[in-house]
Amino acid sequence: MSKKNVQTETVKHHLIKRRKPNRSIGGDMLVYIFLGVMAIAMVFPLVYAVENSLKPLDELFRFPPKIFARNPTLDNFADLFVNMGKSTVTFSRYVFNTAFITAVGTAGHLLIASMGAFVLAKYEFPGGQTFFKIVTTALMFSGYVTQIPNYLIINKLGWIDTYWAIIIPAFAMPIGFFLMKQFMEGLPSSLIEAAKIDGANEWKVFTSIVMPNVKPAWLTMIIYSVQALWNNPSSMYIYSEEKKALVYALTQIQSGGIARTGQAAAVQVIAISVPIIIFIFSESQILETMASSGLKD
Amino acid sequence: MSRYIEKYFTLRKHNAKVAWKKAKISKMCYLFLLPYAIIFTTFYILPVINSIYYSFTYYNILESPRFIGAHNYVSLLLEDDVFLIGIKNTFMIAIITGPLGYIMAFLFAWLINELPRWIRAITIVIFYAPSISGTLYTIFSVFFRGDQYGWANAFLIELGLVDAPIQFFQHPTYMLPICMVVILWMSLGTGFLSFVAGLQGVDASQYEAGYMDGVKNRWQELWYITLPSMKPMLMFGAVMTITSSFGVCDVTMALCGFPSTDYAARTIVTHLYDFGFVRYEMGYACAIAAMLFLIMILCNKAIQSLLRRVGT
Repeated sequence: MSKKNVQTETVKHHLIKRRKPNRSIGGDMLVYIFLGVMAIAMVFPLVYAVENSLKPLDELFRFPPKIFARNPTLDNFADLFVNMGKSTVTFSRYVFNTAFITAVGTAGHLLIASMGAFVLAKYEFPGGQTFFKIVTTALMFSGYVTQIPNYLIINKLGWIDTYWAIIIPAFAMPIGFFLMKQFMEGLPSSLIEAAKIDGANEWKVFTSIVMPNVKPAWLTMIIYSVQALWNNPSSMYIYSEEKKALVYALTQIQSGGIARTGQAAAVQVIAISVPIIIFIFSESQILETMASSGLKD
Repeated sequence: MSRYIEKYFTLRKHNAKVAWKKAKISKMCYLFLLPYAIIFTTFYILPVINSIYYSFTYYNILESPRFIGAHNYVSLLLEDDVFLIGIKNTFMIAIITGPLGYIMAFLFAWLINELPRWIRAITIVIFYAPSISGTLYTIFSVFFRGDQYGWANAFLIELGLVDAPIQFFQHPTYMLPICMVVILWMSLGTGFLSFVAGLQGVDASQYEAGYMDGVKNRWQELWYITLPSMKPMLMFGAVMTITSSFGVCDVTMALCGFPSTDYAARTIVTHLYDFGFVRYEMGYACAIAAMLFLIMILCNKAIQSLLRRVGT
C-alpha cells in the first residue's frame, strides 16, 4: 500500500470514528442550538450577579437595567473590606473561623470516611453490607429531617457554641463515604494481596497502596465537604459572634439595606467563587470518581 | 415438631458461631470502620430514631417529653390545614421539578457527551455551577421584582400585556411557578455529574454491535444501548433527585417570604421549620419529619421498580 493510500485510510477511519453512522447533520445542528440556548439561560444569573458586583451605585439602580457594567469598578469589593474592618469582630477572624472549620472538617472526613470505605470495599465481614445499605438510605435524609434531634444531641455533648458542632458531624457525610467506597471497589484486589504477601499490614496497605491510588475520589470528597462547610452559616449551633463563619458575616452585610446593594452583590460573588473555582480545577477527577457512583440494586 | 425446632436452633447457633468467627478474623475491618460508624450513628442514625420517638410525644425542649401516642399524627392529618397545603405544594414541586430536573440532567449529559473535550468541560461547569452557587438564587428576586423596575414586569408592561406590575412573590398564583423555575435552574447537581461520567464509560463496542444489529437513529441507540448500561447511575441520580425535590424550603422561604401570603409557598420542610424553630413544638415537628422521610423512602422504592424496566 502506498503512503498516500494509508493516509486516506486513516483519515477515513478518523472521520468514521468522529461521526457516528446514525447521526443526521440536521439533528446535530438542532442539538447545538438547543444546548447553546440552554447554556445561556443557565449562565445568565451568574453573569448578571458578577456584573452587578462590578457596577458603581448609580448603575445598579439604573433603569432599564443593563447586563454589563458601563464603568466596571472594584469599589464594591473595597467598600466591603472597609465595612468588614469596622465590625466588632475583625474580618480576619471570620476568615479564620471558616478556614478552620473547612480545613479540619475536610481533613477528618477524608481520613475517617476513607478508612471505613476501604474495608467495606475490599473485605467481607458480617454486617458490612448492611451498614453500607444504611448509608445509602442516609443519602436521602435531607438535613432538615435530622436537624432538630441533631441539635439536641449536640447539646447533650456540650458542643453548642464550639467549632466541633459543625466539624464532627461533617466527618461522616454519607455522600463522600458512598463515592469513596464505590471508587475503591474498582481497585484491583491483586494490588492489595501483593502488598500483603510482602508483609504489609492493613494500615500500611491503606496508607501506601490504597490512598495514593484513589486520588480522584479524594478530590471529589474534598469538594463536597468544602462546599458544605464553606456555605454553612453555622448560625444554628454557634451564637458567639467571634466564632461565626464568614458566610454568616457576609449575609449580615447583605441584609444591610439598600445602600449596601453594591456590597451585597460583592458578597454573593465571593460566596460562590470558592466552590466554583475548586470545581473547575478538579472537574476531570470528579468525573472520574462519578463513573463509579452507580447504585446497584 | 420439637425436633424441627431443635434443629432450627442448632442451625442458628452454628450460623451465629460462624459469623462470630468471621467477625473475629476481621477484627481489623471493624477497627477501620469504627470511627466512621460511631460518628455516623450519632449524627445520622440516632437523630432519625430519636425523631421517630419524639414524634409520639409532646416536647417543647424546656420540659421533658411527654408521651401522647399518635396524637401528633392525627392532628397533622386531620386538623392542620396548613400542613395539607404544605403537602400539596411539596408534591406539586416534587412532581414537576423532580422528573423534569432528572430528565433535564440526563438530557444535557447525553447531548454534551459527543461534544469535543474542552467544550464539554466548559458546558459541564456552566450547567453544574448553579447548583453549587449557594444562595445566589436570590438574584431571581431582582428579575421578578414586584414593582415596574423588575425585569419581568418591565418586559410585560412594555409589551402591553399587563398595565400594572405583578406582585410575583406576593400573589399566590405566581409564587410556586417561579420557585419551580428557580429550582429547575439549580437542579443539575450530583446526578448530572454522575450521568456525564456514566455516559463516558459506556463501552464503545456495544454501540458498534448496535449498528450491526440495525440501530437506526440516536433515539433507538439511547433506549436499547445507552440507558440499560447506565442503570446504576440512573438509580443514584434518582436518589439524589428525590432528596432535593422533597426537601425544598430554602428557595421558597427566601423568595416568597416566611410565612408566605396565604401559605401559598409553604412546603413540608417549611412547616417543619415553623414548628421546630419558631414555635418549639419539637414533637410535632418530628412527626412532620418522620412523614417526610416515609414519603421519600416510598418514592425511592417506586422509582427503583420503574427504573428496572428501562430498556426492556
